[in-house]
Amino acid sequence: MTDSADIPLKKTSLHAAHVALGARMVPFAGWHMPVEYSGISAEHLTVRSAAGLFDVSHMGEIEIAGKDALAAVQHLTSNDASKLQVNQAQYSALMTPKGAFVDDLLVYRFAPNHFLLVVNASNIDKDYAWIAEHAGQAGDVAVVNSSDRYALIALQGPKARHILQSLTGIELSGIKYYWFAHGEIAGVRGTVSRTGYTGEDGFEVFVAPNMARRVWDAILEAGPSDGVVPCGLGARDTLRLEAAMRLYGNDIDDTTSVLEADLGWIVGWNKSEFIGHDMLRRQKAAGVKRRLVGFAMIDRAIARHGHVVMRENEQVGHVTSGTQTPFLKKAIGMAYVPAHMADTGTEFEIDIRGRRARAIVVAMPFYKRPKT
Amino acid sequence: MYPPELKYTKDHEWIRIEGTTGAVGITNFAQQQLGDVVYVELPEVGAPLTAGQPFGTIESVKAVSELFAPVSGEVTEVNADLKNHPEQVNSRPHDTWMIRVRLSNPGEAASLLDSTAYQSLTGE
Repeated sequence: MTDSADIPLKKTSLHAAHVALGARMVPFAGWHMPVEYSGISAEHLTVRSAAGLFDVSHMGEIEIAGKDALAAVQHLTSNDASKLQVNQAQYSALMTPKGAFVDDLLVYRFAPNHFLLVVNASNIDKDYAWIAEHAGQAGDVAVVNSSDRYALIALQGPKARHILQSLTGIELSGIKYYWFAHGEIAGVRGTVSRTGYTGEDGFEVFVAPNMARRVWDAILEAGPSDGVVPCGLGARDTLRLEAAMRLYGNDIDDTTSVLEADLGWIVGWNKSEFIGHDMLRRQKAAGVKRRLVGFAMIDRAIARHGHVVMRENEQVGHVTSGTQTPFLKKAIGMAYVPAHMADTGTEFEIDIRGRRARAIVVAMPFYKRPKT
Repeated sequence: MYPPELKYTKDHEWIRIEGTTGAVGITNFAQQQLGDVVYVELPEVGAPLTAGQPFGTIESVKAVSELFAPVSGEVTEVNADLKNHPEQVNSRPHDTWMIRVRLSNPGEAASLLDSTAYQSLTGE
C-alpha cells in the first residue's frame, strides 16, 4: 500500500521494540510495521514448529454496546451472533447490500449487550463509518471506535500455550478455540483469546497500549527455551495462505460475495434479516457464477495476485493470492474461477508474465495442523 | 566485502570476466533485499543479451525482481543447479553464477562499477 506523502505513518506502541530487534520496517495501511526480523521463511517455519510473536496492534477494535447491541450486530454482520455466549467469538463479515465484503472480522461477545468487533487495519475508518450509519436502525446502541485503546499481540505455534501459561494465572487449556478470557498477563490486565491467523494453536492478547511493551518483552524472555521468535507481516501472510485464510483486499473485497468467496459457513441463514441477506439468498438458490478455489502449480512457476487464469485461451478468472510457501515448499494460491471449474482436480493455466503455467484445483486448507 | 575481481551494475548484478567470456550473478546486497530466493527464471542457451536489458527473473516469497544483463552478448551456459537449489543465491551470492555469457562487446566492461564504487552505491 502506498501512503500519502503528507500523512505521517502511525507507530504502534511496540515500534521501538521492532527497531531494537532489527526488524525491516515497511508502510502498511498507514502504519510503520515490521515485515521481517530474521527472515520470512525462518519466521514462518518457527511458527509451525515452536512459536512466533506478532505485533498486530494496527488492527481495529470497534465496540457496539447498549440495549439493542445484539440486534445491531445481527443486522450488520453475516454470522449469527445470537449463538455467541459471553466470552465467545466468531468469524464474520460486514456486508454490502449485495452480500459482498465491507470487511471480514471477528465478533467478540464481551457481555450480553456489549460486542467488540476486531477489523482489518486498512478498513478501520470505513468500517466505523459503516457501522455508525447502520447500527441506529436496530435501536438503542452506542458505537465506539476503540482502536487506540488496544494493543494486540499474537503468540502462535505449538509452543504458544506453554510459553503464555508461564505468564498468566488464566488456565489457558480451559479456553477453547474461538473463546476468550480476562485476566493478567505478565502482571498486566488484559484479554486472551484463542484465535489467530496462522493455522496453528495460539493466542491473541489485548492490552492497553502503554503496557504492551512489558507484555511483548515478557513473552520473548519467557520463550527462548521454547524457541519463540518475533515475526513480521511477511510471515503472517505466508502462514495465513497455507491455512487458506482470506485476506481482505486480495481474496475478498466489495466486489466478491460471501458465497463466491466460499465462506457460506459464516452466514447465519436463520437470521430474519441482515444487510445483504436478500442478495445472498437469491445467489444461494441460483448458484454462484464464480468461486474462490485453492490451487497448486503443476508446472514450475509461482502464480501471484493479479495473474490471469486461462482455459483454452480464454481469460476466465484471476489469482487473488499466491506464492511459494516456506513450510509446504509448494507454489500455491487462491483464485476466482467459473463455478463449473471449481471442483478439485480441475486443471487450468495461469498467465505468468506472458508464459502459461499449469495449475490444479486442490482442497483448502493447504495446511492443517497436526492433532495434538 | 565485494570481491575486487568482479565488476558490478547499479542493478546489483555482478560479472566475472575472463577475456571475452563472463559469469553473472547477483550481489549480497541484492539477496539481502530479496529475502529467501525460491525461484530463478533463466534464459535458454543461445539467447541474446543486451546490456541493461532484463534476461530473467528472480523470485523471493514476497517479490519478483528482474535480472538485468551487465553486458551484451550470448548466453553460453545456464546454471541448472538453481532449479532445485535457489537458496544458494542467498548463502553464497558471489559464488553462485546464474548464466555464462560470451561478450559481443568487451569494451562495455569498462563502464561497469568496480567493487569500491559498488560498495559506496549500496551505502553499506
